[in-house]
Amino acid sequence: MTQLDDLIQSGSRIECHGPWPRVVVDRPAWEAAGAALAAGELTLLGLWGETETVHMAVGETGRLAVLSLPCPDRRYPSIGRAHPPALRLERAARDLYGLVPEGSPDTRPWLIHADPYPFLEAEGPGLHQIAVGPVHAGIIEPGHFRFAANGETIVRLEARLGYTHKGVEALMAGATVEAAAQIAGRVSGDSTVAYAWAFVQAVETALGLKSPPRAIQLRALMAELERLANHLNDIGFVCNDAAFGLLHAHFAALREGVLRAADTAFGHRLMRDLIVPGGVSKDLAAPGKEAIAAAVAAIRRQWPLLVEIYDDTASLQDRTVGTGIVKTGLARQDGAGGYVGRAAGRNFDARAAFPYAPYDKLRFDVPVREEGDVDARVRIRIAEAEQSLSLIDQLLAGLPDGPLYAPLPAANGPAEGMALVEAFRGDVLAWVRLNADGTVARCHLRDASWFQWPLVEAAIEGNIVADFPLCNKSFNCAYSGVDL
Amino acid sequence: MRRLLLDGLLHRPLTEPPPVPDDAALAELTQALARAARRRLGRSLSLRLVDAGSCNACELELNALGNPYYDLDRFGIRFVASPRHADMLLVTGPVTRNMAEALRRTYDAMPAPKWVVAVGGCAIDGGCFARSPAVLGGVHQALPVDLTIPGCPPSPTALLRGLLALLEQADAGKMEKT
Ligand code: SF4
Repeated sequence: MTQLDDLIQSGSRIECHGPWPRVVVDRPAWEAAGAALAAGELTLLGLWGETETVHMAVGETGRLAVLSLPCPDRRYPSIGRAHPPALRLERAARDLYGLVPEGSPDTRPWLIHADPYPFLEAEGPGLHQIAVGPVHAGIIEPGHFRFAANGETIVRLEARLGYTHKGVEALMAGATVEAAAQIAGRVSGDSTVAYAWAFVQAVETALGLKSPPRAIQLRALMAELERLANHLNDIGFVCNDAAFGLLHAHFAALREGVLRAADTAFGHRLMRDLIVPGGVSKDLAAPGKEAIAAAVAAIRRQWPLLVEIYDDTASLQDRTVGTGIVKTGLARQDGAGGYVGRAAGRNFDARAAFPYAPYDKLRFDVPVREEGDVDARVRIRIAEAEQSLSLIDQLLAGLPDGPLYAPLPAANGPAEGMALVEAFRGDVLAWVRLNADGTVARCHLRDASWFQWPLVEAAIEGNIVADFPLCNKSFNCAYSGVDL
Repeated sequence: MRRLLLDGLLHRPLTEPPPVPDDAALAELTQALARAARRRLGRSLSLRLVDAGSCNACELELNALGNPYYDLDRFGIRFVASPRHADMLLVTGPVTRNMAEALRRTYDAMPAPKWVVAVGGCAIDGGCFARSPAVLGGVHQALPVDLTIPGCPPSPTALLRGLLALLEQADAGKMEKT
């Protein structure tokens, strides 16, 4: 019996929840789960609230469960008290649903801004503060970074986010699943495919619907194009932040090729609003197939040379190697996904760890490295882009015929579903409860960056201020995705 | 690397011919300029972007303007790091309550004459977030808007059309003046 089994058996199972179990637990079980998280026996996959309940998704290798603790008095034992990765999720749940985590060491609001915001203190001779943001010099999302530095060396960094808080969860409540899918696709625009997919997969699981094989295959094709475009973008931008514009220009051109192919294939450069509950809204025709194949071929032609330049340019390596190191232990404890976790020895990719169709039938590797520095995060992206190229080949070659869409059945009583989909940045967790009329009662979308942002803060300690943009770019954490 | 640099010298660049200015954007712009009745704008246009709560896809397409296909710099248009150097403020997103003050302060820091462009559906009217109490529901709720560029997100071509329309108007103004 594993820790997870004990927890599942200690609670009462919610039958309408799938594909993983959800159990209502009591306080002692909730606290035991917190202790197991702190001890590293379980990994935190999410924590979210609703009016009188707090939920937490926890996992072991290949398995996960949702634990729900009723809290009619709107108080629950803090998980973050012993397991810091939960802290910001608890602060968000407090802001959105008024649920108070008892014993939490951090009672500051997170998504709801009320100035002045007390930053954590760093004291010592010669320390000074540098405040950056929310408006930045470049074309990037808003966030505030507070550095405590000693000369050039960063002693502490604290990020303050929430600037793009749009009230996503409140907007989704009561919306039709079609409208909610559009909102899900706008939680983090660079991951519009992954978010829409996670959301509709949760809805389809709740309703017991399997969308047609062709639709599933096209979803994966879009997801891999999205991953490829974003990785190309990120590799280029990291090089740019290391003052190596040549590679930036080349990777940006390759990325543009992917977006144009997506436009030809699906009518939208970022493939937005194409994944709908029940299937996909657009088919792939011959010109689209050709455009994608041409973009893939163009990347393959240039790839060896570009990777070689990345490898051989000493001035670039000088900036990326050994900069912003995430320690493996921290990545594990934190449950960090995406290239951030995989560059620091944590082998987790939702496509492999919790395989969903069509990835259960596709061949791909999950690259993992141990170094945890900027260079490792770039190299993981390079390796993953190569995997995406191969996946795109497989998806195009094996595209089944058939319908694109299956009509949604009626809810017939309570229905809850969940999904874990690998976006380019890491796993997106979607949890949804449907009303009897088929509308959304409650939806929570958890971005991978909830567990990546704290690592930015940890990794930058002891680095110089001038390396922060480079380091931050190598994480490329979501802002809108976590601000909800 | 030598091979790559040599390739760059020997082959045609990726850059495309500039698109024709968009008529609707042009009409709107003419009004905005008339209303402002300002001095002409110099040929070198400096832009400043503020993400006022976008989903980040609008930023992706604004960034794409710098890639070798569009190469914004060749129009004399560039993104500047400080609002104090900017002629025009591009705003994306539905203007969240948490960004409203930073947006206003950025605008206030710009020297006059200055123009505000609402980029994308969210910036125009709040888009699919308009109903949320966490957002103001469009840039016009916070600042005077001179030009809107629709789209979710607007493609780089649509962005270029809007910006070029503005430049051509400024140029026309310049010719009248001299
Ligand atoms: S207009 Fe569309 S792309 Fe732009 S911020 Fe809004 S949702 Fe994102």
